[in-house]
Amino acid sequence: MWFWVFVGPFALGLVVFIYVPILWSVYLSFFSAYNTVTPSRFVGLGNYADMLADPAFRSSLGTFLVFAAFIVPTTFVLSLGAALLVARTRVMQTFFRSVFFLPVACSYVVASLVWKMSLFSGVASGVANAAIGLAGHEPIPWLSLTDPPWYWLVIVSARLWLQLGFFMILFLAGIQRINPVLYEAAAIDGARGWQTLRYITLPQLTATSTAVLLLLIVNAFQAFDEFFNILSTFGTYPPYARPPLVYLYYVALGRGQDFGHGSAGAVILTAVIAVVALVQGRAMRLGRED
Amino acid sequence: MTLPTSRLSRRHLLALGGSSLALTACGSNTGRGDSSPSGGGDGDKPALSQWYHQYGEEGTQDAVKRYAAAYPDASVTVKWDPGDYDQTTAASLLTDAGPDVFEYGNGPSIDMIKGGQVVDMTDLFGDTVEDFNASTVARMTYDGKIWAIPQVIDMQILVYRKSMLEDAGIEPPETMDDLVAAASALTTDKVKGLFLGNDGGAGLMGGAMLWSAGFDFLTDDNEFGFDDPRAGEALAVLRELWTSKVLLLGQPTDWYDAAALTSGQCAMQFTGLWTFPDIDKALGDDFGVVPWPAMDGGEKSVPVGAYGSCVSAKSSDVDAAKAFAKWLWIDQTDDQLDFATSYGFHIPSRTSLIPKADTLTSGPAADAASAATDYGHAQTPILWTPKCQTAFGDAMVKIVKNGADPMEQIAAVKKVAEPEVKRVLA
Repeated sequence: MWFWVFVGPFALGLVVFIYVPILWSVYLSFFSAYNTVTPSRFVGLGNYADMLADPAFRSSLGTFLVFAAFIVPTTFVLSLGAALLVARTRVMQTFFRSVFFLPVACSYVVASLVWKMSLFSGVASGVANAAIGLAGHEPIPWLSLTDPPWYWLVIVSARLWLQLGFFMILFLAGIQRINPVLYEAAAIDGARGWQTLRYITLPQLTATSTAVLLLLIVNAFQAFDEFFNILSTFGTYPPYARPPLVYLYYVALGRGQDFGHGSAGAVILTAVIAVVALVQGRAMRLGRED
Repeated sequence: MTLPTSRLSRRHLLALGGSSLALTACGSNTGRGDSSPSGGGDGDKPALSQWYHQYGEEGTQDAVKRYAAAYPDASVTVKWDPGDYDQTTAASLLTDAGPDVFEYGNGPSIDMIKGGQVVDMTDLFGDTVEDFNASTVARMTYDGKIWAIPQVIDMQILVYRKSMLEDAGIEPPETMDDLVAAASALTTDKVKGLFLGNDGGAGLMGGAMLWSAGFDFLTDDNEFGFDDPRAGEALAVLRELWTSKVLLLGQPTDWYDAAALTSGQCAMQFTGLWTFPDIDKALGDDFGVVPWPAMDGGEKSVPVGAYGSCVSAKSSDVDAAKAFAKWLWIDQTDDQLDFATSYGFHIPSRTSLIPKADTLTSGPAADAASAATDYGHAQTPILWTPKCQTAFGDAMVKIVKNGADPMEQIAAVKKVAEPEVKRVLA
C-alpha cells in the first residue's frame, strides 16, 4: 500500500510522460503523419526507407559516429586525469574539486553564447584572436570557415569545458571508494605509481568507467544544445557538424511537423545508440565487477 | 522575421511526438476563456483567445491588449508567448486547447492549410485586398484563397555608408557588376566592403540571387524554378565575393544587427528595416539604401515578410473569430498604424497607411518603404516547405563556403524539392 503511495506518482509520471510518448513515436514512425499525432495513412517502413535514403541524414549519422569516436575517449581520459590529480592533491582539494565542477552548473546555452560571441568571435578583439594577434597572426573568423574546420575547435572546447567536471566527480567518487588497504599492500610489495594505477585504480574503477562511457556515448549522439547555439544562424544550420537531432529538428519536427519521418529518424538514432552501447557494454563485460 | 528562439532544449526535442500529447494533458492555460455554453465571456459575448509571439519592443504587449479590450463584439483574451511560439502554436492546433485567432510568420504553413487547421479568410478583405502589400498577400494565398491577414511588413535591404562610398568615388550599386566592383573597391585593411552575414550570405542571399537573375524558387505552375545555368551563375557570384575576401565575417552579432555597419567594419551591409533606429542614432544621415541589384534578365529585389493573422478551424466560434480578425487587421487602421510605427520599426501592411507613418516619410526609411512596395518578394513561396529550405540552405553553404559546383547543388535541391512539392500538392 505505502509502496504505491510513494512510487505511484513517479511511476505514473514516467509512464505518461516518457513511455507513452516513446511508444507513440514508434507508432507514428509507421504512418504518414503531417501535422497530426493521430494519423490514418499507414506507410509501413516507408519513413525509415526515406530517412536512410536521405544523404543529409546519413551524413549527420556518419559525422556523429566519428564525433563519438573522438569525444568519448577524450572526455574519458581528461576527466579521469582530472579526478586522479584532484584525488592526489593535498592542498586545497575542495577548491580544485569545485573549480573543475563549476562549469557543470553553467547552462549550455549561456556557455555557447560566450564561446561564440566572446572567446571565438571573429573580430580582432575576440579572446582567441587577441591571443593569436600577439603572435602577429591575422584574426580568424572561427565559425565562418570550413577549410580548415575551426568550428570543431570551438564546439569541442565548449563541450569539454561543460562536461569534464561532471565525469570527474563520478570518477572521484569511485576513486574514494577504493579501499586504501589495497594501496598499502601494493606499496609493501613494491608497486610504483604507474603500476598502482594500472593494477589497482583502473580495475577498481571498472563499474564507474562503464557507466561513464555509456553516458558519454549517449551524450555524443544526443548532441544538440551547444551545436545548435553555436552554429545555427537565424533559422538555418550549415550542412556540416550537424547532429542528427538538429537535422530532424529542421526537416521534420520544427515548423515542418512531419512526425512520421521525424519519429522514424529518432528511432533510427535510438537504435544506433543502443547498438553502440551494447557493443561497448560487451567490450567492458558489463557488471563483471561488483 | 523573428529572431530564432534558441532556448529549445534537448529534452523538448526528445519528447518528439509526445510533446503535443503533453500539451493536451497540461494545456489548461490556453488564454481562451471557458467557452462552454453555460459560462465564460461577459454577458452573451463570445470569448476568444488571441495568441502573439513575444515582440522584443517595449509597449507592444500593452498595445495588443489595448486593441483587444476595445473590441465591442467579443471578449478577447490575449496570450503573449515568450517561448518557442511557432512550435507551441503548431502543436496546439492539433488539440482543442489552441487559439481562436493567432499570428504566424508569413501566414499559416501549407501543412496547416492542407490539414484543415485554419480557415479561409478571403471574404473578409473585399476591395481592401488591393490596398495590402501585394507580395505579402500572394505569400498568404493558396488555391485562390487568402489564409491570413498581413499584420505588419518587415523587410531587408542593402544599406551603405554614404561617406565611405563618396570617399572611394563610387555611386550606390545599381547592377550586380556594380556591387561586386564596389565591394572590392571599398575593402581596405580595416574595412570590408560588404557584410551579408557570418556565413557569407549563404543563408540570407540565396533567394535574392535567384530573383536577381530572373528566377524564383518555384514557377507560377509550382514547378521547380531554378534548374538553369544562369541561376547557377547567379549563386556563384556569392562564391566570387567569398573568395575575393571582400566579405566581412565572424561578427559577434549577425546581419540582423547593424553593429558591423555602425562600428565602421564594413561599408555596406544587408540588414533589416528594424535596425534603422540604431543606424540613425549612430550615423545620423550618413547612410542610404538600395534594393539588392539585378543581373541580366532579372530584377532588383527586397525580401519582405509579415506575420499574418489566422483563425483556427477548431475555434468554438469561427465566425466571431473571423469578425475580430477583420475588425483589428483590416478595419482599425489607426491601431494598425500604431502597431507598425509606435514600438518597433515596421511598415504598415496597407499601402495607403504608409504616407501617414511619420517614421517612413523621409530619408532611407522612405526609400526602403517604397522599395518594399515596388520590389518586394516574399522570402520563400508557401509551397517551399522547411524540408525544401533545409536542402536549399545546405546547397548554398556548399556553394559559397566550399566552392561546390552550383549546378550539381541545384540538382540536389531539385531532387528533394520536387517530390516534396508534389507531396504537398497531392
